[in-house]
Amino acid sequence: MRLTFTIQRYNPETDAHQHEEQFRLDVGRGMTVLESLIRIKNEQDGTLSLRYSCRSAICGSCAMEINGAEKLACRTTVRRELERHGQIAVAPLKNLPVIKDLVVDMSSFWGKVLDVTPWLSSTSPASAAHPGDPMRLLPGSYQFHNVDACIMCGACVAACTSHEVSKGFLGPAALAKAERFMADPREPETAKRRRLVELDQENGIWDCVRCNFCVQVCPKDVKPMEAIIRLRRRAIESGLVSSGGARHITGFSEIVQQEGRLNEARMPLKIVGFSLKRLLRLLPLGLKMLLKGKVPNPLAPPIPGIAQVRSIFGVARRRAAGS
Amino acid sequence: MSLRYALYPGCAAKGATPELYQSTMAIIGQLGIEVVELTAASCCGAGVVGEAEPDVALALNARTFAQAEQLGLDVMTICGTCQGVMGAANKRLKEEPQLRERINQMLAQDGIAYRGTVQVKHLLWIVVREVGLHQLRGQVRIPMQGFRIAPFYGCYILRPSWDLGFDDPENPTSLEKVIKAVGGEAVAYPGRTKCCGFPIILEKEAIAVAMAGQNMKEAKDEGADFMVTPCPLCHMSLDIYQDRAGRAVHTTLNLPILHLPQLLGLAMGMPAKDLGLSRHFIPVDSILRTIERTQRA
Repeated sequence: MRLTFTIQRYNPETDAHQHEEQFRLDVGRGMTVLESLIRIKNEQDGTLSLRYSCRSAICGSCAMEINGAEKLACRTTVRRELERHGQIAVAPLKNLPVIKDLVVDMSSFWGKVLDVTPWLSSTSPASAAHPGDPMRLLPGSYQFHNVDACIMCGACVAACTSHEVSKGFLGPAALAKAERFMADPREPETAKRRRLVELDQENGIWDCVRCNFCVQVCPKDVKPMEAIIRLRRRAIESGLVSSGGARHITGFSEIVQQEGRLNEARMPLKIVGFSLKRLLRLLPLGLKMLLKGKVPNPLAPPIPGIAQVRSIFGVARRRAAGS
Repeated sequence: MSLRYALYPGCAAKGATPELYQSTMAIIGQLGIEVVELTAASCCGAGVVGEAEPDVALALNARTFAQAEQLGLDVMTICGTCQGVMGAANKRLKEEPQLRERINQMLAQDGIAYRGTVQVKHLLWIVVREVGLHQLRGQVRIPMQGFRIAPFYGCYILRPSWDLGFDDPENPTSLEKVIKAVGGEAVAYPGRTKCCGFPIILEKEAIAVAMAGQNMKEAKDEGADFMVTPCPLCHMSLDIYQDRAGRAVHTTLNLPILHLPQLLGLAMGMPAKDLGLSRHFIPVDSILRTIERTQRA
């Protein structure tokens, strides 16, 4: 089968902008996008730059955008892409600076992973001196919700919609890594607290919009967003409840517990109520909503069967307190 | 034969986007859809309640599913977020018997139990798969000819795809099919599957409106006359916050945003007032004028 590959090219020495280039290639059944790109490089254009190593979805080097979605080129078959999209278009990962063609600069990615201190906090020198110390061994086969399966390919960061507009955001990969240490029984509680306080800051766990892109594209099923949600849960459980994000969750749940449904008229006060400046910012929108008949009655009665809803919250909280 | 569902309107359609409820009720009859509204259903949790208390969110949804189960009907949602949250909850409650047992225990004191027999379907999916595009085409009185319409899916009706099982999240087609069926032309732009920013718009407005602005700017740059979305939370972000979203991307957007049933209603020849179009922040007059002009010609 003879196919056209549309590849984003960029050479900083000669090109002002990225541009598309097309290559025709005979491909066999079951061939991967990576194999195709290597053949194009070997047979047609030796200047085509791409990163790859293991060819078997272990090293994480060949993550790129294939037909608009982040994938490992080594485990993406040409045939499936053709069935799904009717074309093969390849581009470098988004949200990271392009060095050349399909190669991106991963330094901001690694910088953010380093920012979350991706190692266990040091235990006492005595236990470090004894490698057999039980503190250094995990009990049983610990899975960390599969977060430790991450191969640091960068697909999630490239797909992250929050990162796209806010480059300071720690992002899904680094936050998932941070959560792995929060879940580690060997990490001292004081260190966990320190981690949470830091992650609770600007550019941390509350910048995630829960768009599910990272969950969808991760080639190793790490589900970074789920890890971010577990971090948010830990933050709230440990009393870090003053951020807008935490207030969003606690305020939302409180309204649902009281009324059975969300009453948008009560949300702003729950979330930004503590800041007059931010409340004033919402005021013009609120007034216009009122004029347009978009503000629900703040004193609306609860839904029928509200007692059942309240008892759900009650049971869950008694269970949580008991465990 | 008519299609019957237990309607789960969701909080937004009963709150800040009443025009979604109004337009839904206006169009379903003509499409052969009958509904029994779940008036005692609670909020689905919107993915927010479950962040702190996952079991609470599951139990709230199990309670709603049990109400539909009692009626012997599948659930129809009209909100992309409700669909995502309820679809995922239902999948787990069906596939994990131990989890269902644990959640049912939270409902037991009120004599409620969910057996796991209900399906949850968004209006968009019902129109495409159960009503059928052929049937929809037959109801079109005012074809949306000449309109370039930007489909905006939002997140929860697409991802994670294994919890939803309808559209391909990389290349969804259901909104495009509906747009085509009502005579319009669907605009292709990368932002159609991205996020509107709504979940953090109250506490992180700058990030949220930048996301919304970028998506709408892309649609405008492709010549979109208006946008259509199956999610009222997206609608709030795209419509109510549009001025701020435009400023974030240094442009005036002036892009009307329609709820899915409003688009269907217009094409089916219903008067604007029955579809609640005057409730939008961004006026839809330009659309109505064009329709009027083509009608007269």
